[in-house]
Amino acid sequence: MSVDRTRLPIPGPDRPFHFPRIVRRSLPNGLELRAVRHRSVPVVSAVLLVPGGSSVDPADGHGLVSITSGLLDEGSRGQSALDIAERVARIGGDLDVEVGMDAVAIGLTTLDRFFETGLALVHEIVTAPNLANDDFNRIRNLRLERLKQMKDHAAAIAERAFARVLYDSHPYGHLSLGSEPALSSMNVDAARAMHAAMFTPAGSTLVVVGDRAEEELLDVAAALFEPWRASASAMAINRGAALKTPPSMPQAALAVIARPGAAQSELRIGHVCAPRSTPDYPQLLMLNTILGGEFVSRLNLNLRESKGYTYGVRTGFNLRRGLGPFVMQTSVGTDVTGPAIREALAEIRAIADERPVTRDEVAQAFASLSKGYPRGFETAGQVARSVAQLALHNLPDTYFEEFVPRLAQVTADDVSAAARQYLAPAKMSTVIVGDLDKIHVSLPGLGLGPHQVLTTDF
Amino acid sequence: MPKVQIPYSKRTLANGLDVIVHEDHQLPMVAVNIWYHVGSKNERPGHTGFAHLFEHLMFEGSEHHDHGYFPPLQRAGGLLNGSTNVDRTNYWEVVPTGALDLAMWMESDRMGYLLPALTEQKFNNQRDVVLNERRQNYENRPYGLAGVALSAAMFAPDHPYHWPTIGSAEDVRAARLEDVRAFFQTYYHAANASLSLAGDIETEQAFDLADKYFGSLPAGPAVDRVRVEAGLKESANLVLEDRVELPRLYIAWHSPAMFADGDAELDIVGDVLAHGKTSRLYKSLVYERRIATDVSAFQHSREMGGMFQLACTASAGIALAELNSAILGAVLDIANSGPTADEIERGVAQTEAQFIYRLQTIGGFGGKGDQLNAYNTFAGNPGYFDADRQRYFDVTRGGAAATVARWLVNAPSVSLSVVPKGRRDLALPGAIEVRVS
Repeated sequence: MSVDRTRLPIPGPDRPFHFPRIVRRSLPNGLELRAVRHRSVPVVSAVLLVPGGSSVDPADGHGLVSITSGLLDEGSRGQSALDIAERVARIGGDLDVEVGMDAVAIGLTTLDRFFETGLALVHEIVTAPNLANDDFNRIRNLRLERLKQMKDHAAAIAERAFARVLYDSHPYGHLSLGSEPALSSMNVDAARAMHAAMFTPAGSTLVVVGDRAEEELLDVAAALFEPWRASASAMAINRGAALKTPPSMPQAALAVIARPGAAQSELRIGHVCAPRSTPDYPQLLMLNTILGGEFVSRLNLNLRESKGYTYGVRTGFNLRRGLGPFVMQTSVGTDVTGPAIREALAEIRAIADERPVTRDEVAQAFASLSKGYPRGFETAGQVARSVAQLALHNLPDTYFEEFVPRLAQVTADDVSAAARQYLAPAKMSTVIVGDLDKIHVSLPGLGLGPHQVLTTDF
Repeated sequence: MPKVQIPYSKRTLANGLDVIVHEDHQLPMVAVNIWYHVGSKNERPGHTGFAHLFEHLMFEGSEHHDHGYFPPLQRAGGLLNGSTNVDRTNYWEVVPTGALDLAMWMESDRMGYLLPALTEQKFNNQRDVVLNERRQNYENRPYGLAGVALSAAMFAPDHPYHWPTIGSAEDVRAARLEDVRAFFQTYYHAANASLSLAGDIETEQAFDLADKYFGSLPAGPAVDRVRVEAGLKESANLVLEDRVELPRLYIAWHSPAMFADGDAELDIVGDVLAHGKTSRLYKSLVYERRIATDVSAFQHSREMGGMFQLACTASAGIALAELNSAILGAVLDIANSGPTADEIERGVAQTEAQFIYRLQTIGGFGGKGDQLNAYNTFAGNPGYFDADRQRYFDVTRGGAAATVARWLVNAPSVSLSVVPKGRRDLALPGAIEVRVS
């Protein structure tokens, strides 16, 4: 057989793929259940999604939701953290607690034969954690040490500063770990109150995925979680806190955190943008793919492949229940910091102005977003997390099936219109973590006005 | 132990290319994965970083497609990447079934026809990208140069594990196109590679495709396997200043090679010492005494010999000497009495689950296609999955104790204190300063 090397083979048609069928059940206590049968290896995954997240932290208690969630697997029903860890290890379980801005997700992956045992453990740690004073102090100290270490981590400094510059005192203006003063003055009573207020069956969703009939998955989940009751709390939380409008302009158009001797400058560029519920979500996905969402995006081809300024650059519309940010992130050589920022800003401005997206770019973006879509449903864990996202954002169970057809309707004009509507160069903020002495001469030339120097007061 | 396997078929083409096929029709996707048996251990002092630099150049175009490799594959819905370590380099694509021909065409074109497309301009650009990768992942990252310093101290300057895969910045800057061309001609060819196809494909069709695209490529010169004995004559005590807040202690020993006697034992011992809250060192240092913020242990299994490494970060105000004696005490306990039967049972349960989880994905790093190539390349048998698992079921208290006694307790080690700039007083007493370029 000989190969025609004069041109690339043209891909054949896509084979059909059936997206997960979601079966629902509501429990009397208000907990929503979702089950998906996933025919693969004998592994089950569960995700318990509790809306709230770090955006419901009290104004003077940044980090409370995170430390409360972190204490869930530090002992329950009178058993110690070591006992819990031992039980997870015995089933080879993978238990994690993820604290996002909009929700806390408790995830478990385990072998099918340990499904009941594992899910019972999730139920136990969520509904009956010890929240003991000694454990609280131990975990708080570990977190204080972690905050200290974050001061050495350029990317962590940049994340934190960027959120603050964009959102100020808005609930999205701090990261989940919180701050040193807030953690230092926090006590275990606050964690107990937060636990009672936030971890309630009403509003939460439990997703279970495995190679069993959906009804069986639901029966196991229902039997374990039906007795769950909300308890009275001394604390009132507002799960809609993040829906309030963030500042219309950033705190600084150009901010620098000095890091003497740094080999690179860590950059964040962006602005407050849109909520996940925007009807223009498909256009924004396409726009992001073209601008900085994949290797062949405009920004990566320019900054990495053409200029060699960076190992990589990417953008994202981090859309949330409230207004999430558009952000470009990269790390560039110290000596090219100025030129890299100039190029990046020019690319972002151009796509909303003199270089609108082309039909070819839209075709490329559509192909990569649609043809690879089934890949996101390979493991039970991927399916469970995707279904939990639907619950968080009130999306229909048919969402996965409808995603590609919806994306297919997006035209180049739609994407260009979205770029003009959603990218706002005038509201843009640029945050640099780098060697200020070396880069400061290049800053005035950026046309962003005087730079503000921020500290790493974590 | 119940048998678990990744079912496969294997054939070797006339040019020496191993082809391994695994069917899994769950998704309409196929994972293409190729391993070249070349890594930074095939480099020479003064010319380090080539294997990794090459990994970058392999995405920049080949004779018949002299453009980037990402656009056509991403347009087809594919995901692609590659990686380099001391022993091997791998490349993979996960593509919709209809785009399999495209992936095979491209993967074979860069095996057979890379050099005609390799220009000075591409070379210079990717060299800059690699230097930025080095800054981002090593120089500008807290504790990022510790691994580089440890390897340099563990292995003599002419031993191929002495230098890091990313190379020295100086060597990468000095690299010349002709050196890199020669490196490609020596190592990147059919007889030094292993190709796997995993996913939504029929076995016979997969072999036909492999033969169609790769069968006519030359076998290439025979590659001499690198075999260099490693050993430490005496222990070393080093200190490295870094932009960090909390001092961290690393201790490293030479250890058995991948799949050799003692390799699985040290995996389990690593779990017993430092994996999870119930591990001995976490429980004692982080949970009870609260003198450390984290602890980890890892058996780096490699072809020519392994490296067992412990790392522990001190809580504020705690001297590394205190951590050092606690860690060495825990190691000695295992040499004397072994792990408990309970600890072994727990370690095996965790390992067993990890083996099963690894069966969930067809492609990408660590997917089934990658595993088949790993076993084929390092064990000479793509079906080694079950034998690999069996090694962990066979670990005994006595075996683990004897392994720790031989390789850790009665052998020299390298200690490395990583301390904040200007705070060498926080290092282990007597530590000698080390510089990493």
